[in-house]
Amino acid sequence: MTMIFGVPLAVFMGQLLLGLINGAFYALLSLGLAVIFGLLKIVNFAHGAMYMLGAFATLLGMRYLGINYWAALLLAPLFVGLLGMLIERVLLRRIGHLDHLYGLLLTFGLALIFEGTLVNFFGVSGARYPTPEALQGGYQTGFMFLPKYRAWVLLAALVVCFATWYIIERTRLGAYLRAGTENPALMQAFGVNVPLLVTLTYGFGVALAAFAGVLAAPLYPVSPTMGSNLLIVVFAVVVIGGMGSILGAIVTGLAMGLIEGLTKVYYPEAANTVIFLVMILVLLLRPAGLFGKEA
Amino acid sequence: MATTQTMTPSMKRERRANLRRTAFYLGLIAIGLVAPFFAYPVFLMKVLCFALFACAFNLLLGYAGLLSFGHAAFLATGGYVTGYLLASYPALTPELGILIGTVAALVLGAAFGALSIRRQGIYFAMVTLALAQLMFFFYIQAPFTGGEDGLHGVPRGHLFGVISLRSNLAMYYFVFAIFLFGFALIQRAVHSPFGQVLKAIRENEPRAVSLGYNVDAYKLVAFILSAGLAGLAGSTKTVVFQLASLTDAHWHMSGEVILMTLLGGVGTLFGPVVGAGLVVSLQHLLAQSPLGNWVGPILGVIFVICVLSFRSGIVGEALKMYRKNFK
Repeated sequence: MTMIFGVPLAVFMGQLLLGLINGAFYALLSLGLAVIFGLLKIVNFAHGAMYMLGAFATLLGMRYLGINYWAALLLAPLFVGLLGMLIERVLLRRIGHLDHLYGLLLTFGLALIFEGTLVNFFGVSGARYPTPEALQGGYQTGFMFLPKYRAWVLLAALVVCFATWYIIERTRLGAYLRAGTENPALMQAFGVNVPLLVTLTYGFGVALAAFAGVLAAPLYPVSPTMGSNLLIVVFAVVVIGGMGSILGAIVTGLAMGLIEGLTKVYYPEAANTVIFLVMILVLLLRPAGLFGKEA
Repeated sequence: MATTQTMTPSMKRERRANLRRTAFYLGLIAIGLVAPFFAYPVFLMKVLCFALFACAFNLLLGYAGLLSFGHAAFLATGGYVTGYLLASYPALTPELGILIGTVAALVLGAAFGALSIRRQGIYFAMVTLALAQLMFFFYIQAPFTGGEDGLHGVPRGHLFGVISLRSNLAMYYFVFAIFLFGFALIQRAVHSPFGQVLKAIRENEPRAVSLGYNVDAYKLVAFILSAGLAGLAGSTKTVVFQLASLTDAHWHMSGEVILMTLLGGVGTLFGPVVGAGLVVSLQHLLAQSPLGNWVGPILGVIFVICVLSFRSGIVGEALKMYRKNFK
């Protein structure tokens, strides 16, 4: 059997794939954080809760409404996105003129509310969501077994990431968004409805998180705390990459997932912490972040 | 010397204000001294430990304008180090155990502070949160913390090797003395030239830099002081409750201390004390009521309300009212 530094190739590739999938989730979440941060200048602490709500909407939609996976892929982000727009309209807008730390605190409070409420109804152990039939089984490639669902998650996440990049960097709406990030007051003076743009942006950002949640539902146990633990890692990813660049967020997310996967192969004890250690290294060597400009 | 004859009205006013302040502090200390005869001492000790924790956090947020989302790491470090030492070396007296725990938190604070002040604003908050999570994973895996179970049966021992702390009353006065020490230290720091520079940094960092202050050094010292006092609170708490657990290291704890400070009043000396008292009381009451499972969401709602419409906190609002009506 082929070995890579004393590890069988199949195991090595398997962990790498797992890492890449984790990385795809980091990328989707940090992308949403970056989009929201760009226009609203707040760090959305409720992002993990939105990811969790996406997974729960998928689970409960199937259980009580008979909504299948493919419909949930569209409906769950829509539902969470609308919820996000409501939150922006009713709550975040009121503190828009204040220090941006208040936005962090407010969304932290929201995260506590969502998470705590669901813990009371569903406990913390988590429920299983079945893999959709069309994606069961896998491919036997020459060197490893590739489960269909994992391949799909990777593909879907990458497509959504790059579609987001395309919308923001190459379309008119994206141009508005980028201009709003630079100078919202001037945009408003030019007759662009900036408050609406802000609402849509927040809704879109959290919808991305919810989409990640739907993808995650068949992979990980669906539990109310699934989001918060992930979010702290994503924060570290964001510190590493900086929130200035869309492509930067995607690349950093994927790279951190790979590093985590590699660590799991060679030094499993540090797999939980390696991203934080990379963050420390980046802070020492390049404090502004890999793709960041110092604000 | 007949100084009174040369006193101007403003000097007189200042002297009266000083007298009032002294009387106010003495009154509060008197209340603290008799409190254990009216309320359950263990509850009061819990309030005092969290009050010290919140005051330490407030030193950073309220006076230097730095929002740390990772203060649980220092609370837990103090608690674990003190708990492990006292449980493993019976000859060690509690005050030495607490001292070493505090120094450990201080050292960790120096490392984390040096790293996190390299970024500003919300990045600072995210860095501290991530570093604290690193410590959380470390404490789950480290051999001396008891992992998920935590450390139990930490002996209270004899203070200075003489006074037994087994009685809750003796323990209370020891905790009260520690709290007073911590509070006085913060009070001194805030009103010193050092504290004035911190406030200047909070208000306008580039201006403080251009005035020639070494802003990073000031921030770092504030961070270390805050981390050390948070560690002192954690160490003391471990001796009181005779246990150290992962709860103290969890990011929920970092959130709770923010809530205490925000609710009581950011940037006021007594705000964190009031906030800690309220949050601990609330948790205590809810735990006994049918709403016991709803502590998290209820704290979340209070958080949202505080941010939306009560940003000065209880003490902050009270001070505003006092200034409006009596000055």
